[in-house]
Amino acid sequence: MTTPLALAPGLPGAFAAVYAGQVSRAKASRGPLLFVATLQSVGILLLLRGVVDTGDGVTGQQIVAGSTVLVVAFVALNLLAQRFGALRGDGGLDHYAALPVPASAVVLGTAASYATFTVPGAVLTAVVGCLLYGLPLAHLWVLLLVLPLAGASLAGIGALLGLLAPRPELATVAGQLGMSAVLFLGVVPAERLPLVLQAVRALLPSSYAADALARALGPRVEITSLAPDLAICAVAAVLSLALASTAYRRAVRR
Amino acid sequence: MTAAGPEAAPRPLAGLTAPPAVEIEGVTRSHRGRRGAEPVLANDGISLTVHPGEVFGLLGPNGAGKTTLVRQIVGALHPDAGRIRVLGHDITVDPRRAPRLLAYLGQDEPALRELPVGLAVETTGRLRGLSRAEARSRRDVLLDELGIGEVHRRPLLALSGGQRRLAHVAAALIGERPLLVLDEPTTGLDPVARRAVWAALDRRRAAGVTVVLVTHNVLEAETVLDRVAVLDRGRVIACDTPGRLKAMVSDEVRLDLVWRGAPAADDPTVALLAQSAVVSGRRWSIRLPREQAREALGRLTAGPALESLDDFTLATPSLEDVYLALGGRDRDLERG
Repeated sequence: MTTPLALAPGLPGAFAAVYAGQVSRAKASRGPLLFVATLQSVGILLLLRGVVDTGDGVTGQQIVAGSTVLVVAFVALNLLAQRFGALRGDGGLDHYAALPVPASAVVLGTAASYATFTVPGAVLTAVVGCLLYGLPLAHLWVLLLVLPLAGASLAGIGALLGLLAPRPELATVAGQLGMSAVLFLGVVPAERLPLVLQAVRALLPSSYAADALARALGPRVEITSLAPDLAICAVAAVLSLALASTAYRRAVRR
Repeated sequence: MTAAGPEAAPRPLAGLTAPPAVEIEGVTRSHRGRRGAEPVLANDGISLTVHPGEVFGLLGPNGAGKTTLVRQIVGALHPDAGRIRVLGHDITVDPRRAPRLLAYLGQDEPALRELPVGLAVETTGRLRGLSRAEARSRRDVLLDELGIGEVHRRPLLALSGGQRRLAHVAAALIGERPLLVLDEPTTGLDPVARRAVWAALDRRRAAGVTVVLVTHNVLEAETVLDRVAVLDRGRVIACDTPGRLKAMVSDEVRLDLVWRGAPAADDPTVALLAQSAVVSGRRWSIRLPREQAREALGRLTAGPALESLDDFTLATPSLEDVYLALGGRDRDLERG
């Protein structure tokens, strides 16, 4: 004789509830950090405008694209790693462990809310970048593809780092290092990097997002030429979010 | 709410065929030490049965293993050995069933910290399977019931400790579950808020809900619990109604003396009491038969020792005395 189980929310319902909660949380607490993220990227744009010869156009495209993706990395990778590291460290995951929620709903809902919050800063950075470097604004619609894909893949990595780190401080360090890698490897054009770093760059999904955006900022854009980079980004997003969901399941039941 | 007297029996079962609300058999769990440190045995072969519809307490000092035990009941920790059944479902085999049977309130709820009160409760309700509309209407009723309706827009972070705890309680109560597992729900609450929580739990008990409540507050244990398991260093040292447990030490009373300075060692009564006194700072606490306590107090207050006596109380046995009489060794149970 057993008591019947209560109904559990499905993935869409649970995702929506987690997302709504996280967005509200972010409104209260993440505003200043978002400002810092945007200021950092705009600062890099200004700095490099002063010291780098961008006469070939391509360098400017890469700088603007890299700085835009950096906003995404700051929030979706760095802050999300810290968030999951803290939840794991202070017992916050128990709250979700005691609720009938699919693991993927918690990871996806939280990741999506962080990714959403990168949008205003990333758009602002891209627009300021295009104005500073004399690039066409017409193709910025590509951000509609680049931001979700970069956001999803970097949020997946951020969540994974936060959930795997044995201590919250290590999650913070991992998030910071990840963001630094995105900064350095995304802003500097690939061919100017040593071979070892080119290999590392090839492993970071943000590089493909930055490359796709950089190409889109050129004088002529062929959408088909962006497809391979965006496809890699999408695969990385699916993989990293799936791994993060597995890491979450392991972290909530010890 | 009535305190269970010595004759109080466990509440009648909700139905003969109803499974126990919680059945714990031989549960053992260690915490792995960091960097090669020795594992700490937090639960050592615990067996307990919680009947449907009762308010069952786990009482013990900090570090007794209460939280470790409830985290296993709710499926957040897996026992190293033993078995836990919740309402007939084996949680050790399938911990994912636990959230569909019970609601859990942890000692803290860091996941909710930055959320506005109303949204924290609503979101928790939706994650327990309520529709958005249902979650909102239940939220409003609950916040009013607990007296925190006026702060529903404020983030938990911005509230006083007591209001924050009430918000946690509201989040635990939404999406009615037949079993509530609450880890120190009233810690940090003022007496009024504490009574609001007790009244809310009482209403749910009347509706047939089972409550497992962790506490290290003796007054709470004596006031609200139908039965209580006393834990000490990972083991259950007693389990019965508060009334029956207290009856075990009913011939004794506790004499508390607070000294102004050093008590006169040459006073024969002081010397006698010193032999069995548990000293903490200026306070002596002595358990002794009623008659002896009365006589000792008479001699103290009539003699020169009164000069150095700041305060004294004579109290009938509490669950703390039961805990100490059963061999409990820690002294951080809360009396107030």
